[in-house]
Amino acid sequence: MLDRDEDILKAAEDWQKAGRGVALATVVETWGSAPRPAGSSLVINDEGTFLGSVSGGCVEGAVVTEAMDVIQSGKPRMLEFGVADETAWNVGLSCGGTIRVFVEKVG
Amino acid sequence: MKLAILHELNAERTARRPVILVTDTESGEQRLVKAKDFAKDPLGAELEKQLRMGKSANVEAGGKKMFLNVYAPTAKLVIIGAVHISQALAPLARSLGYDVTVVDPRTAFASPERFPDIPLVAEWPDTALPPLNVDAYTAFVAVTHDPKIDDPALLHAFERNCFYIGALGSRKTHAKRGDRLRAQGARDTDIARIHAPIGLAIGAVSPSEIAVSIMAEITAVLRLPPKEKEEAA
Repeated sequence: MLDRDEDILKAAEDWQKAGRGVALATVVETWGSAPRPAGSSLVINDEGTFLGSVSGGCVEGAVVTEAMDVIQSGKPRMLEFGVADETAWNVGLSCGGTIRVFVEKVG
Repeated sequence: MKLAILHELNAERTARRPVILVTDTESGEQRLVKAKDFAKDPLGAELEKQLRMGKSANVEAGGKKMFLNVYAPTAKLVIIGAVHISQALAPLARSLGYDVTVVDPRTAFASPERFPDIPLVAEWPDTALPPLNVDAYTAFVAVTHDPKIDDPALLHAFERNCFYIGALGSRKTHAKRGDRLRAQGARDTDIARIHAPIGLAIGAVSPSEIAVSIMAEITAVLRLPPKEKEEAA
């Protein structure tokens, strides 16, 4: 209720209506000091343009890449980022938290 | 997410109606539940709780992992009276995430110098309030100490079912206010909704401390379940 997100869901709808492939990535679980709470989302289109955030900017790049696959396949996917796994070292969730991000196609 | 669900979600958010998107994170299946339909939903109790906390969360239901994404309207705070307390209250409320508007027909009070960056309406409540779309996600605070300004504003707040209504003044002042409002058609149940004296009793003295006590009370009303709420107030 008290979050002041830029209106990314409206953008998702507009992009989809304009004929773009669109995916929505949503933080569904956090452990430790995750930068963005559950429910935070990122919307991505098939040109790689994105709005919103699921972390403080650390893993967005990786999420965008996965989102491209989801737009192609239409199958939702669960991503996990944390300091404990190799992926996280690669993309660098430096805050020390762990997050799970659900990525789904819109439309 | 199906486009129809996204469309409905956006429509509900634009209309400032709370909804929760329920996602089966295994299958990707989703449904949108409106607050008015929580009672008849199998996840009703969880939905109620998460909406009250304004927090998205995972729940287990029938062996399935469900993600409840809460979309609640941004809370608003309407402050009647561009007084010293309001100068502390407006930025404090904003830091807590509220959309804040200050209303005071007295232009000497409602000046941008006194309220940098805060939306100000230098009009009487009957002109100022209708365009503000005061609703059930609005906290409403009347602090002018002037019945000509506070009273019509409070009548508007009753009508719009604000989740919090507070008014400055001692018990004695408040008793007189009750009499005046009743004479203008307010019901006893309306008067009983006013938090007066305003704010939690924390011994606040300075305008900033009073602002803290008011925001603490508003937070309690917003977040606590009904029973504990009564105890806090």
